[in-house]
Amino acid sequence: MVEWTDFERATIMDIFSKIDYDVVGPRALSRCLVVYPWTQRYFGNFGNLYNAAAIIANPLVAKHGTTILHGMDRAMKNMDNIKETYAELSVLHSEKLHVDPDNFKLLSDCLTIVVAAQWGKEFTGEVQAAFQKFLAVVVSSLGRQYH
Amino acid sequence: MSLTDKDKATVKALWAKIQKSADAIGADALYRLFTVYPQSKIYFSHWSDLGPNSSSVKAHGKKVMGGVALAVSKIDDLTRGLLELSEQHAFQLRVDPANFKLLSHCILVVIATMYPQDLSPEVHVCLDKFLANLALALSERYR
Repeated sequence: MVEWTDFERATIMDIFSKIDYDVVGPRALSRCLVVYPWTQRYFGNFGNLYNAAAIIANPLVAKHGTTILHGMDRAMKNMDNIKETYAELSVLHSEKLHVDPDNFKLLSDCLTIVVAAQWGKEFTGEVQAAFQKFLAVVVSSLGRQYH
Repeated sequence: MSLTDKDKATVKALWAKIQKSADAIGADALYRLFTVYPQSKIYFSHWSDLGPNSSSVKAHGKKVMGGVALAVSKIDDLTRGLLELSEQHAFQLRVDPANFKLLSHCILVVIATMYPQDLSPEVHVCLDKFLANLALALSERYR
């Protein structure tokens, strides 16, 4: 089981309470698709992904970015149980979506940078460490059911 | 994933903007490396203070960013431009190259906190590629 310090719990809740899922989610996903273009392979039916401007303006990308953030919200609300909370999602990503689990880390790095850009100096090293620990658990749980 | 002319131009333009804060970026990035990836501290077991105000961390951050500045100036041939630094990292420091990726990420995070408007996705990809190529050049002499 993952051990969380009081600071880590408080920090994760604080981050999620302050970010706008409809803004951060789309920004993180579109950034991932631009910075790591091979991740576009999973979004073949999303329409125009021809360049950065198209990706950033794409409504399906935005919608999916928001969906992802709401998924993380579930993890945030079940911090002592993320592995079990994500079991079904993990099966989905493995069996149906066939997403290479290395890609989860790429998205989580982009999410970190989006939140860092929003928070500025308040995104201290300690806050970053807590957030990245949370994301690492999320990423690990998502990859758990792959076989 | 080598650097296109557009990548190089983008990196140079960003560097021109941020280089006045290079020392602060370096210190903050190093401090974040130690905080987010504690295993990286093993290379600095000889320092008593690894906190954000440590003079050792600040001085070393400045040195690291000096290396980044050198890389920007040698962006057309990073392997040759960073040869000496690569030999130093390979034979003396023997830093596991996996750490270069971790520090690159921390540098990106610091730039995001300090210059959020300047790190658009389009600029981010160019800078990420540059840092990856820098890391590759730094690993050149390892084996």
